[in-house]
Amino acid sequence: MDKLLFLGDEAIAQAAIDAGLSGVYAYPGTPSTEITEFIQDSKMARERGIRSEWCANEKTAMEAALGMSYAGKRAMYCCKHVGVNVAADCFVNSAITGVNGGLIYIAADDPSMHSSQNEQDSRFYANFAFIPALEPASQQEAYDMIHYGFDLSEKFKEPVMMRITTRMAHSRAGVTRKAEVRKQNERSLPQDKKQFILLPAIARKQYNALLAKQPDIIKESETAGWNKYFDGENKKLGIITCGIGYNYLMENFREKQCPYPVVKIQQYPLPQCMIEKLYNECDEILVLEEGQPLVEQQIRGFMNNGKPIHGRLDGTLSRVGELSPNMVGKALGLEIEGGLEIPALVAPRPPKLCDGCPHVDSYTALNEAMKSFPGGRVFSDIGCYTLGALPPFEAIYSTVDMGASITMAKGASEGTLLPSVAVIGDSTFTHSGMTGLLDCCVDNANVTIIILDNEITGMTGSQKSSATGRIESICTGMGVAPEHIRVINPLKKNHDENVAIMKEEIGYKGVSVIIPRRECIVAMNKRLKAERAAKEKAAKQN
Amino acid sequence: MKIDIILCGVGGMGALSSAAIISKAALDMGWYMKQAETHGMSQRGGDVQSHLRLSDQPINSDLIPEGQCDIILSVEPMEALRYLPFLNKKTGWVITNSTPFINIPNYPSIEAVEAEIKKIPNHIMFNADEVAKEANNPKGTNMVVLGAASKYLGIDIEKLEDAVRSNFGKKGESIVNANIAALRAGRAVADK
Repeated sequence: MDKLLFLGDEAIAQAAIDAGLSGVYAYPGTPSTEITEFIQDSKMARERGIRSEWCANEKTAMEAALGMSYAGKRAMYCCKHVGVNVAADCFVNSAITGVNGGLIYIAADDPSMHSSQNEQDSRFYANFAFIPALEPASQQEAYDMIHYGFDLSEKFKEPVMMRITTRMAHSRAGVTRKAEVRKQNERSLPQDKKQFILLPAIARKQYNALLAKQPDIIKESETAGWNKYFDGENKKLGIITCGIGYNYLMENFREKQCPYPVVKIQQYPLPQCMIEKLYNECDEILVLEEGQPLVEQQIRGFMNNGKPIHGRLDGTLSRVGELSPNMVGKALGLEIEGGLEIPALVAPRPPKLCDGCPHVDSYTALNEAMKSFPGGRVFSDIGCYTLGALPPFEAIYSTVDMGASITMAKGASEGTLLPSVAVIGDSTFTHSGMTGLLDCCVDNANVTIIILDNEITGMTGSQKSSATGRIESICTGMGVAPEHIRVINPLKKNHDENVAIMKEEIGYKGVSVIIPRRECIVAMNKRLKAERAAKEKAAKQN
Repeated sequence: MKIDIILCGVGGMGALSSAAIISKAALDMGWYMKQAETHGMSQRGGDVQSHLRLSDQPINSDLIPEGQCDIILSVEPMEALRYLPFLNKKTGWVITNSTPFINIPNYPSIEAVEAEIKKIPNHIMFNADEVAKEANNPKGTNMVVLGAASKYLGIDIEKLEDAVRSNFGKKGESIVNANIAALRAGRAVADK
């Protein structure tokens, strides 16, 4: 079969379709978004009836994926690393229930925080929950491992994590598909009726069963073939690579043989025998892992009284950020011949709100309205509008996690910081803002919540928002007085009117909601282009 | 054989589309390729880059090591300078548009930027915006720069045109034709 040009994300998506997937569940988040988008756009997925709409948040997504697994089908869940936090309750407990149909959780980590607020390493979650994790080093391996991952999940009756990072997710390479496409599972129910009932008495039993599986899961890591031991003549150093760390190591030995023994890790828990062999045969160990030092910590131990272990903890590699070929080369003591220097005149070019973006008009109005309330603060959230923190707006004072704007504003107002204003996007509001709004209404908190409704999930590239068409009814349902739900059109020509409305509602002592509503400019342009292309096509057919 | 290319510009200028076109052409020729790119937040008017690696041998790293890049292909002159640590000091080429994209208040003087580019031993700098306009595709600056670089890529222009057809096919025939016209106009500049 011909090679196809796939992003890592796309290779995972195609593999899941080919491996008999029945449904994917996700909320958009960089760098994971393209997995679900690929399935949504796939003709083959449509023909096979694969479920792929966006979910309200990562928790609802993972729970639904677990439900599909309960029904015996193969399901996949995808998120960015911080999405695992949102779904963590289900994540950890689903290891204790186990699964019925194969279930894969994709966690796309973002070391160096290209598009994230932290660089947490999802492998810690898999380790914590006692489930197997896979970490491919190439797009082809990602494709092949999805097939294996579903089989593995069904073999051990446990969910399996696949951990990828930005460079795997957003790097393209040629991928060869398997010749055969697997049928979807028939519906089947769990054999044990109590498997999913985590009452304490049952949960204790299930937890013990999960722990009892661990030796077999480790044995699987030794024998499945994804973890590899490459011998080398020079035993002064033994190298452990995790995921794409292997690629950076090999880049430094292009057209040469790596002289050191290497254990290439792509499946967790760690293969005990391979690691022991490396440790026993070599004088020192170097750990190259993309992300936080999980393996390095495990091998070094708290006492650190064994052989020297090098990596991120002892400063051989940077403690933060993603790996690079040069960083690994330096860790190996190789000489690096660099390029030219960046001329001093090159200025940073940070991202900014697009020309014509509705948030620009909303922030311009809000900044003016807030001038009347000099003691106040604006709490914000995760999305394009986080860029309101940068000049020329400098309009917001916080961005912490999905939904935190509303609840932080509430807490601050209760700490006598008045007025406290929250700014949240429409999609973030239905992701995790609604429950915070309920808290505000129950307590009749003195907050103003501005829900920026651009009718799309903007930052991740125009995905459908669960909020579209529902915001006012959600707000009234939660208990906001209808006269304090104000919809405005964020346009320059409405500026004065919008400022006046904002001032009124910020001055109101109680819960008020302002909804600036105008279509995202990027989404609008995409929509118009698609409509033009459709017209052109239709004209040609006539 | 290996060619390492950095394609760069500002979010929305089409640097990533150019990368996808070269990748598709390379793959169709049976080469190995890897192409890493920036998505997400930085696409909102910030600097964007793509590392594109082509070889007749399997490729290890998705990222190009410093000092090993053969071509920096930029749709914006200051952005071309941002990636100089990756450029091979002796043999590397910088191929860039000369029209600045000014969306920051502290953009340096364009004369100073041009002077820095002229210091690079191997460079081609030309007004790709102008060429794109002449080719009746004012939004095709990225294709013009790609066309100019095609001379140094070791990929036939016909293969690139096929890749344009394949990648832009969904967007309609007029978009495909406009991009191919821009590609050819860029190539004509390099052939002069």
